[in-house]
Amino acid sequence: MLISCPLCGPRDATEFRYVDERRQRPDPEQASPQQWRDYLYVRANPSGPARELWLHRSGCRQYLFVDRHTLTNEVQTAALARTEGTR
Amino acid sequence: MTSSHRLPPQPGEVIDRAQRFTFRWNGRPYQAYAGDTIASALAASGVRVLSRSLKYHRPRGLLSADFNDPNCMVTADGEPNVRAAHRLVSPGMSVSSQDTWPSLRFDVKAANQLVGRFLGPGFYYKTFMRPQRLWPAYDKVLGRFSHGGYAPTAPDVDRYDQRYAHPDVLVAGGGPAGMAAAVAAADAGARVLLVDEEHHLGGHLRWADAEGLEILRELRAAVQAAGIEVMTDSVVTGRYDGNWVSVLQRSVPGVRERLVKARAKHMIVAPGLIDRPYVVGGNDLPGVMLSTAVRRLVNLYAVKPGERAVVLTANTAGDAVAADLGRAGVDVVRVLDARQDEDVVRIVGRSAVRAVECSDGAVVDCDLVVTAIGWTAPLTLATVSGGRAEFRAEAARFVPVGLPDDVSAVGGIVGDGSTDQLMEHATAVGREAARRASHRAVALAAGVPHARVTAPADTPAVAIPDLRPAAHPMLSLGRTDGIVDFSEDVSAKDLKSAVREGYDSIELAKRYTTATMGPSQGKLEGVNSIAAVAAATGAGLAETGTTTGRPPYVPVSLGALAGRSHQLLRRSPLQGWHDSHGAAPLYAGSWVRPDHYGDPAAEVQAVRDAVGIIDVTPLGKFDLRGPDVPDLLELLYINKWRKLGVGSVRYGVMCAEDGVVLDDGVTGRLGPEHYLMTTTSSGAEATYDWMERWLQTERRQWRVHVTPVTSNYASINVAGPRSRELLARLTDLDLAPDAFRYMQVRTGAVAGIADCVVWRIGFTGELSFEVHVPAGHGLHVWKALLATGSDLGIRPFGIEAQRILRLEKGHLIVGQDTDGLTQAYGAGLDWAVKLDKPDFAGKPELVWQQMRDDYLRLVGLQPVDGAVVPPEASQIVEDGTRIVGRITSSRMSPTLGHAVCLGLLAPHLSSAGTTVTVRLPGGGSIQARVMPELAHVDPEGVRLRG
Repeated sequence: MLISCPLCGPRDATEFRYVDERRQRPDPEQASPQQWRDYLYVRANPSGPARELWLHRSGCRQYLFVDRHTLTNEVQTAALARTEGTR
Repeated sequence: MTSSHRLPPQPGEVIDRAQRFTFRWNGRPYQAYAGDTIASALAASGVRVLSRSLKYHRPRGLLSADFNDPNCMVTADGEPNVRAAHRLVSPGMSVSSQDTWPSLRFDVKAANQLVGRFLGPGFYYKTFMRPQRLWPAYDKVLGRFSHGGYAPTAPDVDRYDQRYAHPDVLVAGGGPAGMAAAVAAADAGARVLLVDEEHHLGGHLRWADAEGLEILRELRAAVQAAGIEVMTDSVVTGRYDGNWVSVLQRSVPGVRERLVKARAKHMIVAPGLIDRPYVVGGNDLPGVMLSTAVRRLVNLYAVKPGERAVVLTANTAGDAVAADLGRAGVDVVRVLDARQDEDVVRIVGRSAVRAVECSDGAVVDCDLVVTAIGWTAPLTLATVSGGRAEFRAEAARFVPVGLPDDVSAVGGIVGDGSTDQLMEHATAVGREAARRASHRAVALAAGVPHARVTAPADTPAVAIPDLRPAAHPMLSLGRTDGIVDFSEDVSAKDLKSAVREGYDSIELAKRYTTATMGPSQGKLEGVNSIAAVAAATGAGLAETGTTTGRPPYVPVSLGALAGRSHQLLRRSPLQGWHDSHGAAPLYAGSWVRPDHYGDPAAEVQAVRDAVGIIDVTPLGKFDLRGPDVPDLLELLYINKWRKLGVGSVRYGVMCAEDGVVLDDGVTGRLGPEHYLMTTTSSGAEATYDWMERWLQTERRQWRVHVTPVTSNYASINVAGPRSRELLARLTDLDLAPDAFRYMQVRTGAVAGIADCVVWRIGFTGELSFEVHVPAGHGLHVWKALLATGSDLGIRPFGIEAQRILRLEKGHLIVGQDTDGLTQAYGAGLDWAVKLDKPDFAGKPELVWQQMRDDYLRLVGLQPVDGAVVPPEASQIVEDGTRIVGRITSSRMSPTLGHAVCLGLLAPHLSSAGTTVTVRLPGGGSIQARVMPELAHVDPEGVRLRG
């Protein structure tokens, strides 16, 4: 599996660490126990297109939003989490 | 033994007659030539029996005479399960047969043949089920009957390795088609890696006629001229996402096996075809061989495989083998042509072939039966690449369809034709592969930022000539039942009876009978297994389908998978000093550290009474800068940071979002927007990732820059009542108790080294100063401290002394005194949790934990009998057996002369003064008392604040 890091180019997946599905942290002041525990423990685990958070740990150490097909491992896009959506 | 069956020189032979030597087979000397395999050398001496079969211990000889041959697993120089028909024999090699007793020739377990009805399919599941309590005994006996040699008990002295490769085109298979495809791809500009399982390139051309041998010479020259990297005696074992191809390379000098991880832009599959055995009674007798085995023996090794041969042929390979045999001086007494409805009814013999019953009723005496009844296309690599196996009834074989864009197939698995036709097809595929690889290269390069990419001219796809399998009669099961899976001793009868018992799908029948599950892994017996199941169910081969092939295609040693050891070992700049001063090494995470210098109790005493120094370089250290650092600290730690002034430090605890304690450490404020954070040694990497995760995702707007500086500083903790006196001799910093108070930080020169960060903390429970020295000067400062403190009773101390000191003081170690379920309140950190902060990691969980009363709590414990130290992880029990907690840390306290512990304990037992029962691992139990504080020594903190 190859992931195209926006800073380093296409790299083998072993350089990266899968972190989590891409999710929004609930407001800790407002969240019910159910919402918070969904955030901690419940994952969609899709069979197909997935939106994920990865870390280029053995590279530029940037967190990436990776859109990946879990059946083919084809990576559609990988964008810097730091700047995605800000420009 | 002399080479009685060796023929005069053959045109394509691969043996070097100038190099002749001796090796041993079951203790007796035999002759061989360089280039011989173990099996060819034995065959040249007339050895016909190489092994005994798995279940019935029937004698077995060469069948396919290549790597896949199921009948010649031997032990060579102590290495078990060597494929004798593939492994080259070497001078002095000691080879023995496996799993035979007392000898290969007379094997007691052959009696299994007589009780064969108990060893039918599934016997293992049926026979040894009851009574269940006898299973350990069954298991022991069955173990002796298991296949394979004995694993050596001595350490493996061989070396293993790994490497990476980035070919444009990888060709798996070096027959004529594979070589032609490789040459064409290379000529089109591609970097090509050509992999072949055999010791020489050439495939079936190696035993071709003079014209074929000439083509082979030309192809080999072209491969060399094209600059193709060739790996022989190497196998593509699997293909994964994005054409990540694993290659097992065997004949690398000095390395037993090397795993090559190849990222190919295009892969061409060219495995050729496998000669399929004929399933007929007696088909596993020594002397029954496949046509390709005979052609190898005669043409590559100049071995005469028998004296009187019967040939059963359904194709040109069978016709050619009859000619080969004639040339080798073998008397071909009968050729049965399956295309003319001639057939072998049964093969007769006891320990070897004696005669053949022919379909016309004739019984022909012979010692060799050669079959060429059809081909199996090895499709594993094609199917693991995403292709499917489709049955072509008219050609009696499966072909690959539906390959992905970056994988192609050439040669026999695609179709049949003359050598020229196969090469013409392969050449076109090779050129097309190079074209696709260049497009792939451009797409990959476009993903590299700032790369200047020139797109190649948009050349049209190469036209691929048509190649399809030729018509071939379907032969598989003969008129009598024979062996289907030679490795596992599964007969056609066994498979049919499995279907009758209800295992009527190929996947079920396979697992029930273990057909295709032995060392051959379906390469020889796969199609025959399908045919046997199909015959019993009445379905066709296409409907019956294939079993699922999975990587690896051939056995891969664990050594090759592990490769060379690349374990990182981090060393502080002081480690050399520790090594040369008697430090016992402690391997902790990626670091080697001094555990002690011979007497940890004395080291503890030095710290309590005078002064000691310890190397704490592995502490994780992070330089934090920016206006929003306080926000980050407030978020990561459970306690408060906003009011931390310049020149102060604070102890902080981090929790994960589930409230579980993640890490702890001291962070100091060096300037208005400048902080130095320390973490635990083992938690440094994870904490860095954790900080960056917040800064790069949820809190992108914050202006904080994190720089890991763990290795930039050598860190030395100076601890003990005389530490101030010592340090004062080496620095101009004002160390007076009022000028440099507990939990403060100063920067300045120590022992002449500028820019040291000094903070006053107390992990050991004593007055102590932690000095962070620019790493290159660490050793200088360490030595200066020791020299300057000699009159004060200074001693270096190691991790063990530090662990005792902190335990006496009741300071917890994250991961030792907490586990993956310990939330902050359970770790006794009530004082640190600040729920009035608006937000911090894990806050909701801690809010809820505070409202509960159902969690284990960290407490100080002392055994009533102070001389007994309960081992760490001893369980604390109630009512005899109910586990209500455990000891997390325990040591004999040199300061108190009494055992001291920390433990996690159920809430109803955790109040001070309660006596609990601790079960010792060796049996027996002791009483221990819950203490009022975590600290056993100086709970008021007088010493460290002094």
